[in-house]
Amino acid sequence: MDNFLQQLINGLTLGSIYGLIAIGYTMVYGIIGMVNFAHGDLFMLSAFIALITFMILTQILHLGSLPVAFVVVLIAGMALTGLWNWTIERLAYRPLRGSFRLAPLISAIGMSVFLSNFVQVVQGPRNKPAPQLPNHVFNLTGGAYDVTLSVRQILIVVVTAILLAAFWYVVRYTSLGRAQRACEQDQKMAALLGIDVDATISITFVIGAALAAVAGVMFVIYYGVVNFADGFVPGVKAFTAAVLGGIGSLPGAVLGGLLIGLIEVFWSSYFSTDYKDVAAFMILAITLIFLPSGILGRPEVEKV
Amino acid sequence: MSAPSQTSELAAPVETAAQVVPALRTAAAAALVVFGLCFPIISYRAEANINNELVLGGRWPLSLTITAIVFVFVFLRQMARADWRIWFDRVGSIVAGGMGGALAQAAREGEGTAAPSRARLAFGRYFAPFALGAVILFPLICLGLLGPAGSLKWVNNYGVQILIYVMLGWGLNIVVGLAGLLDLGYVAFYAVGAYSYALLSTTFGLSFWVCLPLAGVLAAMWGIILGFPVLRLRGDYLAIVTLAFGEIIRMVLVNWVALTNGYAGITEIPHVSFFGIPFNDDDNGFAAIFHLPYTPIYRTIFLFYLILALALLTNFVTIRLRRLPIGRAWEALREDEIACRSLGINTTNTKLTAFALGAMFGGFAGSFFAVRQGFVSPESFTFIESATILAIVVLGGMGSQLGVAIAAAVMIGVPELMRELDWLKAIFGENFDPTQYRMLLFGAAMVIMMIWKPRGLVSTRMPSIFLRQRKPVSGDLVKEGHG
Repeated sequence: MDNFLQQLINGLTLGSIYGLIAIGYTMVYGIIGMVNFAHGDLFMLSAFIALITFMILTQILHLGSLPVAFVVVLIAGMALTGLWNWTIERLAYRPLRGSFRLAPLISAIGMSVFLSNFVQVVQGPRNKPAPQLPNHVFNLTGGAYDVTLSVRQILIVVVTAILLAAFWYVVRYTSLGRAQRACEQDQKMAALLGIDVDATISITFVIGAALAAVAGVMFVIYYGVVNFADGFVPGVKAFTAAVLGGIGSLPGAVLGGLLIGLIEVFWSSYFSTDYKDVAAFMILAITLIFLPSGILGRPEVEKV
Repeated sequence: MSAPSQTSELAAPVETAAQVVPALRTAAAAALVVFGLCFPIISYRAEANINNELVLGGRWPLSLTITAIVFVFVFLRQMARADWRIWFDRVGSIVAGGMGGALAQAAREGEGTAAPSRARLAFGRYFAPFALGAVILFPLICLGLLGPAGSLKWVNNYGVQILIYVMLGWGLNIVVGLAGLLDLGYVAFYAVGAYSYALLSTTFGLSFWVCLPLAGVLAAMWGIILGFPVLRLRGDYLAIVTLAFGEIIRMVLVNWVALTNGYAGITEIPHVSFFGIPFNDDDNGFAAIFHLPYTPIYRTIFLFYLILALALLTNFVTIRLRRLPIGRAWEALREDEIACRSLGINTTNTKLTAFALGAMFGGFAGSFFAVRQGFVSPESFTFIESATILAIVVLGGMGSQLGVAIAAAVMIGVPELMRELDWLKAIFGENFDPTQYRMLLFGAAMVIMMIWKPRGLVSTRMPSIFLRQRKPVSGDLVKEGHG
């Protein structure tokens, strides 16, 4: 039971990170029907941006207060990663809009290769250890098997929850969100009704990147190390999460992320760590065989 | 009389002045974006020191130079005459790896959906046999020009390497190009083929010629096993599940140490022999029997013709199958699955045959890979391989056999050529290592090529059924399939 509780805490933390990345996949898929393969590498890039921004704040500007540094890193990371994704969309995806379906996919795979190698070239191939930060650990039980909950884990889950609530509000109740949903349903009709489709799609990419940047900051805080190749596996798992939850559905992406996080953590704990990724992918395959459009996705009805 | 000419003379500088301010504004905006992109990731470099603590090193000159170049470039583009701008856009798209609108526009202007001209048709007819002849003569030409030692690298790194990807491209083309099923895990079958040969030959001592069909059969079996559960899935769901299967197979290869020896891989796989005659310097070796001086090039040339034969077999089978009912069913499935079902085509069997045949050729290629390397490890079967093969198929024009071959030569040959750029060290200093930019440029090239030719290099198709006259149709009319 203690072990179960502990794994639940770990799984929710990991799942929050996957959920944040998954939203970027699901939003872009929803609006232009494209699998943005570069999203995982964008997440990795954002982790580097966060790490270097933190280093600039502490080493060059000698900022003493950690909470202030955290907020600055979060905001700067979201802004700069958003700028990156805006540029990527502009250069690599917009010229291919309206082209046939595989062209943007290949372009995105190329962008993914480009981004990870770009970071390797400019930042070097070795692991980057993050500076040690104070981390208070609460002991929840005190029995033979300690169930611990760290400040970092609380921080990750709370920040994720706050951002998701804010984001949910934007999509649900603002004119920007309405424009996004309109573009999702019918781009031509949305354009006829005076919505700037290009700008809406750009903003979608920026929002997706900003949430990936939050995940990047959390990843650095949680694992304390980042490498240029760290984008692929979380990217694939987050995409798996998006598909599992039903691609195009925002609550589905979060739910899928939490499920993948929990599956991975419980599998590692009760069976073996070697096959934890296999477990996540098997569950994806099995779910899709019985629920071909994901848990919360709408079934795709083809009109003839 | 002189008044109009005066005004026009006056007007010119005014226009230029009016141009300068918006041009400066645009250039400043572009420079600001580039500066933002560069700011933390290029301006500073974080390196771990001996105590495993990160320290920052500044690189402001580099990022400021990039920003300045972008500023000047965008400013000049804005100031240039309208008909020169397109050249700026083309240069920009090559340098920046994008800016692609103009490039895509230029490509579209050049093509259109009309049928290609007579000259292009004649070119298309004679290009393939000519290219095949050149490929057949390639090792002999290398041998003649460079001698046995010099030609080894060319035949092996370029010839054999490119032909492996041509074969993989043709194999995947059956699944993606003909049947329209998006498969992102093709490398799994390549891995199954490689490990089949590696394990069968090291455990049971079977020869390559026995293992080759067995590897194909095993890979085809895995194609059916993996294909069966995903039959109901379509489009991107199919893509992600095939990707997942590819990763599962790789992880099993990594973790099932008892069978596969994990990351260490399987070593000492028997080399290929010339129908029983080994390629070594023994008395009963190939060189001794044919009274030739011993060099390792004979084995490489044999491998070259072996993979050429395998690739041509793939090509031949695909071309013949396209005319058979099953091939027509694949293409019909790609065009419209619902229509297929209403006409009584068994979509389950059609999809499974596509998966199985594609996988079988992947298995052949994998088994060849194992005999060529003499060593297999899971490192060779990562997702990037699947992505490369898919990129070759898409860039080749989805269903065009010749296009896939050209695309493979470009995608594999050009990054390989990047290894030859050691002379650049003379310009950029000793620390400059061109090979480290190889994959960076590979990724950028994938993006640029897609923007340049989204329909692939060969965008016309020969129909397999026609009325009276057989003429090529534009690739724009071909659907890419739903699943």
